[in-house]
Amino acid sequence: MNITANERSKQLINMKFLTALLLTALCSFIAGLYFPWWSLAVIAFLIALLVHQRAGKAFLAAFIALFLLWGCLALWIDIKNTGILSKRIAELLGVGSSFLLVLITGLVAALVAGFSAMSGSYLRMSPRKA
Amino acid sequence: MRIIPFAISTVVTIGLVTVLSMKWGPAPPFGKFLSPQQGFWQNAEPVDKDFSADLQFPELKGKANVYFDERLVPHVFADNDDDAYFIQGYLHAKFRLWQMEFQTLATAGRISEVIGDRAISYDREQRRMGLTFAAENMVKAMEANPQTRAAVNSYTAGVNAWISHLTESELPVEYKLLDYKPEQWSNLKTALFVKQLTKTLAGYGYGNDFQYTSLLSVFTDDEIKILFPYVPDSLSPIIPKGTVYPEPTSFAVRPGNSDSAYLKKTDSLQILKTDKPVPGIGSNNWAVSGSKTKSGSPILCNDPHLELNFPSIWYELQMHTPSFNAYGSSFPGIPGVVIGFNDSIAFGFTNGGIDVMDFYKVRFKDDSKQQYWSDGQWKDTRIKIEEIKVKGGPTVYDTVAYTHFGPVMYDKSFTSVSSGGDAFAIRWKAHDESNELLMWWYLDRARNYEEYTEAIKYLECPVQNIAFASKKGDIAIWQQGKVPLRWPRQGVYLMPGEDDSYSWQGYIPQEQIPHVLNPERGFVSSANQRATDDTYPYYEPGDFAVYRGWRINQQLSGMQQIMPEDMMKLQNDNHNSMAEIFRPALLKYIDRSKLSAEEQKLLGIFSAWNLENNVDEKGPSIFEAWMDTLSAKVWDDELSKIKDPITPHKSTLVDCLIKDSAFRYADNINTPVIETVSDVVTASFKAISPALLQKDQDNKLNWGNVNTLTIYHLLRTGATPFGKAGIANGGGSEIVNATRKTYGPSWRMIVQLSATTEAYGVYPGGQSGNPGSRFYDNFVDTWTKGQYYKLWVMNETETEDPRVKWKISFSKE
Repeated sequence: MNITANERSKQLINMKFLTALLLTALCSFIAGLYFPWWSLAVIAFLIALLVHQRAGKAFLAAFIALFLLWGCLALWIDIKNTGILSKRIAELLGVGSSFLLVLITGLVAALVAGFSAMSGSYLRMSPRKA
Repeated sequence: MRIIPFAISTVVTIGLVTVLSMKWGPAPPFGKFLSPQQGFWQNAEPVDKDFSADLQFPELKGKANVYFDERLVPHVFADNDDDAYFIQGYLHAKFRLWQMEFQTLATAGRISEVIGDRAISYDREQRRMGLTFAAENMVKAMEANPQTRAAVNSYTAGVNAWISHLTESELPVEYKLLDYKPEQWSNLKTALFVKQLTKTLAGYGYGNDFQYTSLLSVFTDDEIKILFPYVPDSLSPIIPKGTVYPEPTSFAVRPGNSDSAYLKKTDSLQILKTDKPVPGIGSNNWAVSGSKTKSGSPILCNDPHLELNFPSIWYELQMHTPSFNAYGSSFPGIPGVVIGFNDSIAFGFTNGGIDVMDFYKVRFKDDSKQQYWSDGQWKDTRIKIEEIKVKGGPTVYDTVAYTHFGPVMYDKSFTSVSSGGDAFAIRWKAHDESNELLMWWYLDRARNYEEYTEAIKYLECPVQNIAFASKKGDIAIWQQGKVPLRWPRQGVYLMPGEDDSYSWQGYIPQEQIPHVLNPERGFVSSANQRATDDTYPYYEPGDFAVYRGWRINQQLSGMQQIMPEDMMKLQNDNHNSMAEIFRPALLKYIDRSKLSAEEQKLLGIFSAWNLENNVDEKGPSIFEAWMDTLSAKVWDDELSKIKDPITPHKSTLVDCLIKDSAFRYADNINTPVIETVSDVVTASFKAISPALLQKDQDNKLNWGNVNTLTIYHLLRTGATPFGKAGIANGGGSEIVNATRKTYGPSWRMIVQLSATTEAYGVYPGGQSGNPGSRFYDNFVDTWTKGQYYKLWVMNETETEDPRVKWKISFSKE
């Protein structure tokens, strides 16, 4: 293996990482318009199958994708609502603040997506066994 | 080799999805709930949301436009009545769907379906009271009449038009919290809403037969008549004293054995907690004639006091069609304007408080409840099997027997109130077929006194004092309702159900119910007091207030050149009339020689108090604590034998102690000495002093700290952050501004019927039921400060007015 090939493969991995991340976010957003919330798990799984990465990277790409998607959507809604509802829900759920509620929203989706993508990645690595 | 990690991550994923999709106790399913695309975030309404839309519904007959003003009050302009009711249903659903459905589910005894087994006994009680039975009877009457049939059918269709187009993400946030979905609306649900209101206003809280009967274990009927006087000394009745009543045309015949079989001493009943009306809370309404106003036109005012909730029970709107133009507040759940005005008249309601619910002791042949003994023979019951579905649990079945009186509410299988499993059937006016919606249908269109009297005839239950004023210059009030004819003391206590001579024998004829048109004094008013003095020839037991009516009549008598601002002041009046009447006696009876220096100081604050229940006064806090303790010290020794007794009204205590310095109940029967009124007044003051002095030291003795108001969300502590606590605006029970704990003036309205109507209104809530909307609670501060909004009666030429912020146009296609 020469250096150039190594560099190129690293770049390729980065490209793959970014592609997986963006695709997961985009497709999860579209699926969320028509299907139940857990459709994001299906999307993360399928994208990890299609855009193959090692399990850790697949997890991270999907995790970041959904954390950003749900987090940013929630944050955007919250800003337009000036926090009227998030303040009430945060108190109801015993969560300290609106901002924390945004983070938790992102985190919940991120975790589900991450693990699901990991499954997709493992499945691709052993197609015959699966 | 990768199969194990694959399996692990897959199990973790599926586990997470499952856990996040499940409901955990009161907590919602988190995945769905937190989703910014479907969950609660979707209810976070942008503060600059555009409510305008262009909508088509095949159910519509013509075209209509709805103009929303800056307070989100809709002004509905429809070219026919049916469409106006359709749109009202649509708007109620769009802004208030969850409360409409929740309240009617509660009425029908179906809350267990939503919140699980902790509601089973509540649901059983609702069903055993026959609320659905009552609503079904109302539907028959509603659908038999062409006007109300058209109105309610259109209204229901409008509600369902909203529900049918509702997406998951648009569901009100409460559905997402509790994780269920709305079902279709129906005419029955509209009737259920009316019956729930009837239960609040004329349910067994009023004239509670169980509690009065339990008093018979300690007192004789004659003593009870003194403790619960028919006409209190301070009564300022709705119909002015001195009014001559016509000879009665109908009588109820007293059963021959009533002394021995009915008014006899009883063994102590085991009474557990039962509903009682909230003392000193009710409603006010009045109308002043043009002779007393500055403009020369009548002014009508109304502030119904109810338990205050979010979302508010009221929804403000204007409805304009070729046949009527009404403005006011409406109940999400029923068509029409409920309290308001049109181009000719204004109308407002207070509760009559008359007992129209009696309990009859029933003897079943056996536990099957299929037959009961009545007038010397076994009669068949009608058995209704109630099926109570329970979220997350097995369905509960309950067998309810219906007699000729009505449903048997209490029996061996449901004994939360009754004694030893005895069976009691309810005779309740609200069970009978009636069509109260027709009253509102006609009121919204009435043009004069004659049409008002025609309209109100359709109100049979609950009994209401309906104030009226017209642009023609008439003012009037009727205590409207179908009130049973009674022999004296009938229906105060539990009655024998085996002897038909105890049944109701008819109703007070419509023309003889208390009413007054254009009285000489230039005003009409009501505040839940007894309508008449003791010269009225019919016997009407019930539960009544005293001091608000006393104050309002006193104030209105002295007023001239009245302007709407004066009426606002009176609706927000904090004067404590009970203290005005009773303070001299308290100060006379108290033995100052027994007071410490600190206690003297406290008494000094009380005697210097200006008698106003304002937030910054200490006097009301002292007075209330003193009255509560005095009342307890006077009555508790005699009443201790009874479980959850009903205590005599404060006005009775006041009247008795003022009249009689040797009042016999002042003595504590558990001590060897004979206590005098002076002893008990002094002792109760000393008893409250330490706590009050401590509060004073902590700067918490101000009435604003003691009488704070909480407006809960309908889910109470299940959604505390959706409510508002710590609201301080003075007032109190027995005060015109009847603000107390969770109760208060739910809609304050003032209408001057000048050539151009000048109206003001406010309610402690907001037009949107969505806790994520800026219109959810935006009226509360205005209400707390005692301020009002000027109500805009829009006309067709004002569609371009800058007050119009949004427009929804409705058409067939």
